[in-house]
Amino acid sequence: MIFDNAPALVVIFPLIAAITVPIIGYYNKRLIPYYVTLVIFCSFIFSISNLRTVMQTGSISYTMGGWEPPFGIEYAIDYLNGFVSIVVIFIIFIVSIYAKKSVEQELPGRTINFYTVFLLLTAGLQGLIVTGDLFNVYVFLEISSIAAYALVSVGKSRDALMASMNYLIIGTVSASFILLGIGYLYMVTGTLNMADLADRLPLAFDERPKVVLAAFAFFLVGFSIKVGLFPLHTWMPDAYSLAPSAVSAMLASTFTKVAAYVMIRVMFTIFKPDFIISTVHAHTILAWLAAIAIIAGSVLAIAQTDFKRMLAYSSVSQIGYIILGVALMNQIAMTGGVIHIMNHGIMKAALFMVAGAIIYKTGIRNINDFKGIGKTMPYTSAAFTLVALSMIGIPPTVGFVSKWYLALGAIEAGMWVFVGVIMLSSLLNIVYFWRVFENMYFYRAEGGKVDEVPLSMLLPILILAALTFLLGVLALYPLKEIMAPMVQIILPG
Amino acid sequence: METIITIKPLLAVLIPLICAVLIIFSSKHPNIRDGWSVAAGVVLFLTVLSMLPDILAGSVIQFTVIEMLPNLPIKFKVDAFGELFGLTSSFLWIFTTFYSIGYMRSLKEHAQTRYFFCFSIAIVGAIGIAFSANLFTLFLFYEVLTVSTYPLVIHNETPEAMSGGRKYLLYLMTAGIFLFFSVAAVYYYTGTTDFAFNGILDGHGIPVVMLKILFITFMIGSAKAAFMPLHSWLPSAMVAPTPVSALLHAVAVVKAGVFTATRVILYVFGVDLMGETGIGLMMAYFVCITIIVASFYAMTHDNLKKRLAYSTVSQLSYIVLGVSMLTPDGITGGMLHIPYHAFMKITLFMCAGAIIVTAKMENISEMKGIGRKMPITMLAFTVGAMGMAGAPPVAGFVSKWFLLLGSVELNQLPILIVLLASALLNVAYFFPVIYTAFFQKPDKELTFGEASPFMLVPLTLTAIGSLILGIWPDAPYLFLELVNVAVQNVTTGGI
Repeated sequence: MIFDNAPALVVIFPLIAAITVPIIGYYNKRLIPYYVTLVIFCSFIFSISNLRTVMQTGSISYTMGGWEPPFGIEYAIDYLNGFVSIVVIFIIFIVSIYAKKSVEQELPGRTINFYTVFLLLTAGLQGLIVTGDLFNVYVFLEISSIAAYALVSVGKSRDALMASMNYLIIGTVSASFILLGIGYLYMVTGTLNMADLADRLPLAFDERPKVVLAAFAFFLVGFSIKVGLFPLHTWMPDAYSLAPSAVSAMLASTFTKVAAYVMIRVMFTIFKPDFIISTVHAHTILAWLAAIAIIAGSVLAIAQTDFKRMLAYSSVSQIGYIILGVALMNQIAMTGGVIHIMNHGIMKAALFMVAGAIIYKTGIRNINDFKGIGKTMPYTSAAFTLVALSMIGIPPTVGFVSKWYLALGAIEAGMWVFVGVIMLSSLLNIVYFWRVFENMYFYRAEGGKVDEVPLSMLLPILILAALTFLLGVLALYPLKEIMAPMVQIILPG
Repeated sequence: METIITIKPLLAVLIPLICAVLIIFSSKHPNIRDGWSVAAGVVLFLTVLSMLPDILAGSVIQFTVIEMLPNLPIKFKVDAFGELFGLTSSFLWIFTTFYSIGYMRSLKEHAQTRYFFCFSIAIVGAIGIAFSANLFTLFLFYEVLTVSTYPLVIHNETPEAMSGGRKYLLYLMTAGIFLFFSVAAVYYYTGTTDFAFNGILDGHGIPVVMLKILFITFMIGSAKAAFMPLHSWLPSAMVAPTPVSALLHAVAVVKAGVFTATRVILYVFGVDLMGETGIGLMMAYFVCITIIVASFYAMTHDNLKKRLAYSTVSQLSYIVLGVSMLTPDGITGGMLHIPYHAFMKITLFMCAGAIIVTAKMENISEMKGIGRKMPITMLAFTVGAMGMAGAPPVAGFVSKWFLLLGSVELNQLPILIVLLASALLNVAYFFPVIYTAFFQKPDKELTFGEASPFMLVPLTLTAIGSLILGIWPDAPYLFLELVNVAVQNVTTGGI
C-alpha cells in the first residue's frame, strides 16, 4: 500500500518533484505551477494519512530501506510532528496557489528556478519534521536553509542580496552550533537516533556532564537563531521584508515554526523536561527571553512604516508566544505554544499574502500610503481586518485561543508577570494594526473603482482568513483529539 | 426554576447580523438599505419581547451555540436582568434608527452604508452582551461592540475625530484586555465562567487579596461604564454624529459597561461574597466620587453634548452604586436606572442632535430663545432634564427613590447625602439650558423651525415614554416587574 510509506513520501514527493521541475519546464513552462501545487497537495494528503495513523494506532516508526533503528534512519511520527507536518504542508499548499501570479510578476522568466528551490525548501521542512534521526535533522536543516537563502536573494530590490547574505552568515553560524551539539551528543552516547539518544543520555550525563551541558547550550543557541528569538532575530526583518511576496509568506509562516518544533523535540524528547527544569534551568531563561521578544518585537513593529517590515517584527513577537508557551513547562501553556504554531502560521501567511497582494496591485509598501485601499481592494482589506483582529486576540478567532491558553498557562505556572506581558502585547498589537486599519478605511480617501488581485491570489487569502475564524470556533476538536494526547507524550504531568 | 431551551436568543443576535450583511449588499439603494435597518429593529424587538412572558413567569431561556474551548461554550441565557437590558436596547434601537435616517439624510453625510452597517453590528454586540450566559460570551460581544462602534465614533474622519477615536479605542481595548485577564483568572480558579445567581467565586478558597485584585481588574475591564478615572473616553467620543452619541451614551456602549459591572458584582462575585469581603461598600463609596465630580465637570462645559456626556458619567455610577449597596431596594434602584436613564438620556441627545441639524448650534450660550422656535424639542428636553434630577413624575424619580431607600436600608448617611447633593447639581447644570432656551431673547432673528419628523417623532416618543415609566412604573410588563424578578433571583440565589 502506498499509504504505508506515507512517512517517507511526504518528503520524497517534493524532493523528486524538485528535480523533475526543470525537465517539465524544458517542455512546457506553463505546466509548472500546477504541477508543483499538485505535488504539494499529494504531500498534504500523505501528511493527513500520517496523522490519522497516529490517531488510530499510535506513534509511527518508519525505517528507511528497512534498516532498523538505531542503525538505520528512522522517521518517527507522533501527535506533535504529525500535527506540525499537516499545518506546514497545508500552508505551503495555499502559498503555492498564491505564488503563481505573484511569481509571474516578480520573477519573470525565472519561474523554473523559483519552483525548484521552492520544492527543495518544502522537502527540507517536511524532512525536518518527520525525521527521528538527529543527524538527519542537520541535513534537512541545511537543505531548507540553503533553499531559503536562495529564495530571499531573488527579491526585487538589490538590498535583497544583502539580506540573503546576512541571513546566510547568521544561519550558518546557527547550523554550525547545531552540528556541534549533535557531534557532542554522538561523542558521549554513540548514537544519533532520537529515541535511542533519549535512553542513553542520563547515563552519559552522569559520566560526562560537561559535554552534555555544552551540547544543550549549542542546541539552545543554534535553534534560537533559527527560530528568530530576540535578540537573535536580526536576520528576520530584512529577509522577510525584501524576499518576494510568496517567499515571505512561506518563510514567515513555516520555517520558524518548524525550527520551533525541532527545538521542542530536542528539548523534550531528547533532553526530557526534568533535565531542563532541575539541571539546567533553561526554561526560566527561555521564558524571560520570550517575554522580552514579545514586547520588543511589538515595540519595533510600531516603529515601522513598511508594511512587510512591520509584519516581520510582529513575527519576532509572535515567536515569543510560542517559546513562552514551551518554556512555562506546564501542559496548558504547552498547548498554547504548540497550537500557536498553527495559529500564527495561518495568520502570518495570510498577512504576508495581503501585503503581497497590495504590492502586486499598487506597489505600495508604506502604511501611510494605504489610504483608499479599503475601497479599491475590499476583499483583501476585509480579510486583513479579520486576521488582524485575530492577531490582537479578539474571540472567537484563533489568536484568542492561543492567548487564552498562554494566559492560563502563565497563571498555572504562578508567573503573573507573564500574564502582564501577554496583556501588554495585545495592547501593542492593537496599536500597530490599528494604524493600518485607519489608513485603509478612513481619512476620507477618494475611493477608485474596485480593483482586486486575480482570483488565484485572492482565494488563498480568503481561505486563510476564513480559517482564522473557523479554527477558532471549532478549536475544541484539535484541542481534544490532537493537543491533549500530544501534551501527555511530550510533557507528562 | 424552569429552564427553557429555544433558539430565540441566538435569533436575536443573528437578526441584526443578517441585517448588516443585507445593508452591505444594498448600498446602492439608500431606501432599501435603511428599510432593512428599520425592519430588523422591529423584528428584533418582537423577538426579544416574545421572551418576556416566560421570563416574568420565573423561567430562564437558554441556548448553547458551540463549545469553543473545553468548558468554555458560546452560550446564551436570558434571565430577568439580561432581558431588561435586551429589551431596553432593542426597543430604543428602533428609535435611534429612525432618528439616524433623518439625521444622516438632512446632513447629507458621507459613508452612510458603513454607518448603518456598523450600527447594526453594534446592536449585535449589545444584544449579545445582554443574553450571554457566561463571562466568555460576554467578553466576545464586548469586543464586538468596541470594534464596531469605532468607525461610528470617527465617522467625520477629521483629525479631531481621529484623535478622539484613538482615545476611545485605547480606553476600551485596554478595558477588553483587562476583562480578558479577569475572565481567564475566574476560569482558572473555578473551571467555569457561567453566571450564577449566587455568584461563582464563593467556595473556591480564593484569598481575599486575590478577590480584591480580581474585582479591580474586572472594574477596569468595564471601563465602558465610564467610572472615574476611566471616563475620559466618553467626552472624547462626542466627536461622533449625534445619533451615535445617543446610541453610545444611552443604549449600547455605556450600558454594556454597567451591565458588565453588574453581572460581575451580582452573578460572578455574588451578593454574599461582596458583602463578606466588604468589596460592595468599597465600590459604593468609590462610585460616589464619580457621581459628584462628574456633575461639577458637566457644569464647566458650554458644549451641550459634552455636558450631556458628563451627566452620563455621573448617572451611570448611580446604577453601579445601587447594585453595590447589595440591598434589595438598592439593587432595584440600580437595575431600574438602566432602562430609565436610557429613555431619558436618549431623549436629551436626540434633542441636542435636532438642535445641531436645524439650528446649527452646539453651545448652550448660543441657544437663546430657541425654545420658541422648537417648542416640542425643548419640552422633550425639559422632561429628560427633570428626570435626570429625579423630579417626579419623570422616570428618574422612581429609580432614585429606590436608591434612597437602599441607602436608608443600609444605614449609610453619606450615600444618602451624595444622592441628594447630586440631584441639586443636576438641577444646577440642566436648568441654565432650559432657561436660556425659553426665557432669554435671541441675539438675532431665528429662521428655523422644528426638525424633520424622522427626528422629532422619536424624541417625542421617548420623552412620553419617560413620563409613562415615571407615572405608572408598576404597570404590567414594564421594567419594574422585570427588575423585581431579577432582584428576587439574586437575593435568594435563584431558588
